[in-house]
Amino acid sequence: MAASVEHIVNPTLIEARERPELIGGGFFAWTRENLFYSRLSSLTTLVLLAAMAKAGLSLFQWAFLDAVWSVPAGPQGPITDSCRALGTGACWAVIREKYRFILFGTYPFEQQWRPAIVVALFVGLFVVSAMKRFWRLELAAVWVIALLLIGLLMWGGVFGLTFVSQPNWGGLALTLIIATIGVAIAFPLSVFVALGRRSDLPFIKWLCVAYVEIIRGVPLITLLFMASVMFPLLMPEGVNLDKLVRAQIAIILFFAAYLAEVVRGGLQALPKGQYEAAYVLGLSYWQTSRRIVLPQALRTVIPPLVNNFIGFFKDTSLVLIIGLYDLLHSAQVAVAEPAWQGFGVETYIFAGLIYFVFCFAMSRYSQWLEFGLNMHRHR
Amino acid sequence: MNQEELKVVEPAIAETNSPTQAIAVSIQKVNKWYGNLHVLRDVDLDVAAGERVVVCGPSGSGKSTLIRCINNLEEHQQGTIVVDGIQVDHNIAHLDAVRREVGMVFQSFNLFPHLTVLENCTLAPMLVRGVARADAEAQARAYLERVRIPDQANKFPGQLSGGQQQRVAIARALCMKPKIMLFDEPTSALDPEMVKEVLDTMVSLARDGMTMICVTHEMGFAREVADRVVFMDHGQIVESGSPQAVFGQPKTDRLKLFLGQVLRQH
Ligand SMILES: Nc1ncnc2c1ncn2[C@@H]1O[C@H](COP(=O)(O)OP(=O)(O)O)[C@@H](O)[C@H]1O
Ligand SMILES: [Mg+2]
Repeated sequence: MAASVEHIVNPTLIEARERPELIGGGFFAWTRENLFYSRLSSLTTLVLLAAMAKAGLSLFQWAFLDAVWSVPAGPQGPITDSCRALGTGACWAVIREKYRFILFGTYPFEQQWRPAIVVALFVGLFVVSAMKRFWRLELAAVWVIALLLIGLLMWGGVFGLTFVSQPNWGGLALTLIIATIGVAIAFPLSVFVALGRRSDLPFIKWLCVAYVEIIRGVPLITLLFMASVMFPLLMPEGVNLDKLVRAQIAIILFFAAYLAEVVRGGLQALPKGQYEAAYVLGLSYWQTSRRIVLPQALRTVIPPLVNNFIGFFKDTSLVLIIGLYDLLHSAQVAVAEPAWQGFGVETYIFAGLIYFVFCFAMSRYSQWLEFGLNMHRHR
Repeated sequence: MNQEELKVVEPAIAETNSPTQAIAVSIQKVNKWYGNLHVLRDVDLDVAAGERVVVCGPSGSGKSTLIRCINNLEEHQQGTIVVDGIQVDHNIAHLDAVRREVGMVFQSFNLFPHLTVLENCTLAPMLVRGVARADAEAQARAYLERVRIPDQANKFPGQLSGGQQQRVAIARALCMKPKIMLFDEPTSALDPEMVKEVLDTMVSLARDGMTMICVTHEMGFAREVADRVVFMDHGQIVESGSPQAVFGQPKTDRLKLFLGQVLRQH
């Protein structure tokens, strides 16, 4: 009986060994299998390629071949006739003329080295914070010092720096200030809110739930309006908070509510056994949170966290509603003067590229981080 | 009332007279409910210092709940539990003290996956007992040596086999220098070939005089080290006695039925 049982090897294994070219593939094989696998697919591929080539060529012609890179200066400002001639492409002259306004807003022209340093400081701060080897408590001190320095540079009024009031801040510098301070304060706040939402103390728990649900139920624009219009009405006579500070508070509250939900998701994903192990080892609530719970919970939510950061960075452009001159608003206002009217596309592309560089860097960084931090999961 | 007071005082008196007779864990008339489910019914159990108790019984009989009440992972609703003279109640200071006395090993290991084996073992001594890092590491390496995995100290738990992870969990608990160790089915989640290495570690711990309360169905282990076997069913202690007596001459039908099932599985 036993002898009649056939001794076989799983046929898929044999096939795989005998047809190695299907596994390696290569560019040619991939193309044939995915783009030209039938007559219809070949046709579709060719039509789409032709359309893409045509669009790409026109764009290239508009952006480079037919573009105007500079315009002559006249007695009443730049003469932009060459940009308006029929058949010309992009008028990059507007960027050459206005880039400092887009980057720094109405900050006094000869003082713009200050916001320029501020932008460089922010980028440096991001790069340093992104490196794992600097993830120590000292980094928090570096942030505090850097933010103080940034405030000093922007406001001035000491050390021989002329005072520049907040309404003159603008451009990329302002966008970075709003976004960075927003996230820097909202993120720690959100961690406490997320922990509070799971607290055993009913008062803390309901306070956190109410905060998150109310803020998430309201659009950011409404919060900004409330901060700029209603907040002063609520304040006692004579007390007048800066418009930027009010917007910043609204943005922090908004960011924190969303981040709190992300963090809470990470907390929920943590197995109960981790809390129990920490408890029986004698760790206190805060020790458990800091050493066991948060390191694991935050790691699991890095992708959604960065997703939110990217969204927030772009959301800051809504401050134009209450009259702050952030990057987008500056790009818009840059073409308000008659000579440059009609060249909004160019300034928007310029601003868009700046947004893209920051957002793309964040996105790539999160992918890299996610892989690096989860190394302990890979055998 | 009178009896309860006596029991609470007893350990202190016993300790001064002869330490070996001290009562490590005293459980008196403990009741617990999950909603309407009565999971512990009038449980009485005294465990002397240095005693090894094995708790067995069918799934859902309340074994885990019972030992989890000892270190307040679960709260009991009636009765008293006293651990090394400290009452397990709502007093935070008492609970903190009890947690320092009692180590626990779980079925699912519950190692901290983001920390290395060494960090798993040094974290609590440094944070809770204030041990200096160098001392904590030396001690951790000594215990890792004892559970026979000295060369894995810098790996992450995910890189170890189940048996190795459970031995790290034992070392981690020992690093807190507990007086009492609780084991909740420490070998149930392991592949058969790894059960022995964990049991060997537990046997050697028992030989060194550790007070142990083990929930396990490993009858060989119970026979080898247990001073007493406690059989639970439906939240009650049904029988208890020496391993030979409980396994050899079961008195109740419930125990006979249970032993029949366990023997068939093994
Ligand atoms: N957190 C809980 N909530 C509700 N019921 C529970 C909970 N934990 C355990 N139980 C129930 O209590 C009973 C005893 O559980 P347990 O002590 O885990 O049993 P054992 O460890 O002996 O298998 C079981 O019926 C189980 O379903
Ligand atoms: Mg159990």
